[in-house]
Amino acid sequence: MGTMHVMVVSPEQVLYEGEGEMVVCRTTEGEIAFLPGHTPLLAALGTAKVRVILPAPDGEQTAAVHEGFVEVTGERVVVLSDVAELPEQIDVPRAQAAKERAEAGLRTEPENQELRAALTRADLRLEVAGSVPG
Amino acid sequence: MELIAASRIVRAQGRVQAAVPYSETITEVVRDLAAAGAGRESPLLTPRPEIKKVAHVVVAADRGLCGGYNSSVIRAAEGSMREHAALGRDYALVLVGRKSESYFRYRNFRIDAVFSGFSDQPSYENARSIARAVEAPFLSGEYDLVELIYTRFVSAGRQEVVVRPMMPLDVEILEGGDARPDAHGDGEVAAGYEFEPEPEEILERLLPVYAEARLYAALLNAAASEHAARQRAMKAATDNADDLITSLTRVMNRARQDSITSEIMEIVGGAEALRKGKHTADSVESAHEATEHQPGAAA
Repeated sequence: MGTMHVMVVSPEQVLYEGEGEMVVCRTTEGEIAFLPGHTPLLAALGTAKVRVILPAPDGEQTAAVHEGFVEVTGERVVVLSDVAELPEQIDVPRAQAAKERAEAGLRTEPENQELRAALTRADLRLEVAGSVPG
Repeated sequence: MELIAASRIVRAQGRVQAAVPYSETITEVVRDLAAAGAGRESPLLTPRPEIKKVAHVVVAADRGLCGGYNSSVIRAAEGSMREHAALGRDYALVLVGRKSESYFRYRNFRIDAVFSGFSDQPSYENARSIARAVEAPFLSGEYDLVELIYTRFVSAGRQEVVVRPMMPLDVEILEGGDARPDAHGDGEVAAGYEFEPEPEEILERLLPVYAEARLYAALLNAAASEHAARQRAMKAATDNADDLITSLTRVMNRARQDSITSEIMEIVGGAEALRKGKHTADSVESAHEATEHQPGAAA
């Protein structure tokens, strides 16, 4: 099985660029994984973790992606997101605080979409940063 | 200040560069979608048949001391406003930077929104809030056209003020945005793409993001240009001050010489008068000698 060229890009920087064996992400419709030679595809991403499985022995590279897009063209996968972070860029105490704030807010107004989205973002950050087992 | 600006240019330029891959790929994605035939009827892509109101997004600096940077952006904005006014179109102003705000506010223009405090270091968040502020009135039909006026950073030695249509997004622009001034489509056609969800839905999410990315690129370009303009202005100011110091020093020396000379003349005159009175030639002779050397020493 070969590899493909993977790029994770945010407006401020290129988070990751290199070879990968598989890319796993979640679109607005559901989880999806790309292997080399995948049909060209364009999808909108949800707020979720993106995993790039690197060729052995490198393991995997994860990133927290808060909405965005993924474009697959045969041997290339590009993940575009206006907010994307690598695990080491995540401010864990801040995410933890945001999570608590959102949870507290949701207890009083459980229907607040903004708070729900904030909670999802905080959860994702914590998951990617590795302080909560994903 | 010149040196501070010089060091900031490098950093600002780095940020312009760092934003390139994103805007490049997002442009590609939009183009692929457009090639797949999506969004022909999207309001963000369709020019309005009748334009009643034009919004101008004017990107200037928060601070002065940067030569003609602010005034040239403002001049371009006013020029464009006049052009549209001549066609009977109303205007709306969305101002970025304190300098553009104070200019238009002082002249009692109607201002729709102001964003300031970040002109030398814009973040993506800033771009997003500006994009939101123009997108809603555009989609609701209040603005029929949104123009972006900013200074494009070509190189440290060259920046140019540009007026670009921002909404509706022009297909032409899709082919050559800020990020890729010379690049043209490499002829690849997006054949057989799969979409998830439907292309229209993706486009609907993508176009606002694309507008944000363009705005962000514009803000970064403007920031880099601002630093370059400031560096140049401060260098000119330093050079001018040096010239001024040289010429003023000369004026001062001349004045001093003049006063010394006239003082000596008075002494000599006085001594001459004394000599005539008392007929003691010797002392005056020596005073005479001293005066002849004095102006030379002061020169």
